[in-house]
Amino acid sequence: MTTHALGDTGVLTVRSLRHILRSPDTIITTAVTPIALMLLFVYVLGGAINTGSDESYVNYMLPGILLITIASGIAYTAYRLFLDLQGGIFERFQSMPIARSSVLWAHVFTSLAANMVSVAVVIGAALIMGFPTGASVAAWLGVAGLLVLFTLALTWIAVIAGLSAKTVDGASAFSYPLIFLPFISSAFVPTDSMPGPVAWFARNQPVTSIVNTIRALFTQQPVGGDIWTALAWLFGILVLGYAFAIASYHRKIS
Amino acid sequence: MAPAQALGPAIRVQGIEKSFKDVQVLKGVDFEVAAGSIFALLGSNGAGKTTLVRILSTLLKPDAGNAAVHGFDVTANPGDVRGSISLTGQFAAVDEVLTGRENLVLIAKIRHLKDPAAIAAGLLARFSLTEAADRKASTYSGGMRRRLDIAMSLIGDPPVIFLDEPTTGLDPQARIEVWQTVKQLASNGTTVLLTTQYLDEAEQLADRIAILHQGTIIQNGTLAELKRLLPPAKVEYIEKQPSLEDVFLALVGDSGQAGAEPEAVERTGGSARSGKELR
Repeated sequence: MTTHALGDTGVLTVRSLRHILRSPDTIITTAVTPIALMLLFVYVLGGAINTGSDESYVNYMLPGILLITIASGIAYTAYRLFLDLQGGIFERFQSMPIARSSVLWAHVFTSLAANMVSVAVVIGAALIMGFPTGASVAAWLGVAGLLVLFTLALTWIAVIAGLSAKTVDGASAFSYPLIFLPFISSAFVPTDSMPGPVAWFARNQPVTSIVNTIRALFTQQPVGGDIWTALAWLFGILVLGYAFAIASYHRKIS
Repeated sequence: MAPAQALGPAIRVQGIEKSFKDVQVLKGVDFEVAAGSIFALLGSNGAGKTTLVRILSTLLKPDAGNAAVHGFDVTANPGDVRGSISLTGQFAAVDEVLTGRENLVLIAKIRHLKDPAAIAAGLLARFSLTEAADRKASTYSGGMRRRLDIAMSLIGDPPVIFLDEPTTGLDPQARIEVWQTVKQLASNGTTVLLTTQYLDEAEQLADRIAILHQGTIIQNGTLAELKRLLPPAKVEYIEKQPSLEDVFLALVGDSGQAGAEPEAVERTGGSARSGKELR
């Protein structure tokens, strides 16, 4: 039966991608808030923020905005999984002779696809607002790789939330702190401008290293040690999230 | 995957126990279901019917006892059991965002069958859903949704089908349609285990009826055997009043479904009447 795992995952991924195509509002909703934030910061608040560089503020904030986009996008991953569990279609799949893990992986791949589309929309908006395309192809690929890792890491957390939630609201509420995390990081202002304990937290939480790495890639600067810190955080969260998600999945289906 | 079933019963349940935290839901359940028969598990809400169905369909592991479906043990060979069964749960397990046709094609594909489109078309016709085939399932009525649900369960011709309260929440006509489907299934050799809290449903459909009460089977037999448990009938003269269901069906009967599925109504309407007369 494991030989069918890939095929089953494919069929089920097409199914949930179809859900997104039929309600594209989930992608638009995911992209609208980050775009509104960008407009607000660049055209209203940004003038008063001193980032220590002469570049447009959109260049400074885009990395953080992209992480916010993904953090809010994965709420829909938890939501879709929760609805499957509620509606009974999950049990139908589980009682069928299919590779059982394919049900979860389909949601993971769908999450990845949906979030990458949202990210592309937000980047499109940033380009219109004057974000320069000067970075090399390799740098863009590096950014894409980090964003894929970030999405996967948060997606497995979303899977835990979707599997263990009792209500629809509960299934998506876990994403609020994740959306908020970039605000207490180097995403919008340099951490030096924050008071001591806050600055310490901001410097040592995962978002800062990821933001700094993406920012360096975009501006063709050396990424320094940040990329290793970022990768360590991302793989760490990914492995832990995956382990806990699979554990709660097994608890759910046995 | 067809070996063991001709020899033994299609479903064999022995000493199944299951507790949730402190509550013992099943306290040693035993019964057998002959291949090709309809077996009704009758019980009030909370009697443990759904728990038992979830154990038999490998969604839940029993604490004690063993059960075999189509010759395969549910805990030792859950994969083979899943290959032999289909579960229609208490709530219609259809994908509301997809159309009826897409739902059927989806199931045919993950069952790795050839020509999913033809399978879907055949079932849509059989369940009078052809007209609604390309509408989202969320627009379906309760009865249509249940028919789609059952149609999805039939894909791949599983030899054993579990129906957990298949008519709960359905209007009388839809209920009769489901009954008709279940009878057809059994006449084609499929083994059907259905749970119900409606006495008349068990009476209408089942070859054997088991009563699940407080975690054990307190009676198990044919309708005639169960009736013999009570003192013999004595003759009383009472005024025969039509039941509200008789009135309702007579009033809306053949034109009740507003022309949406005229064939289905005609077929099932007729059989409903003959069913009543038999009683």
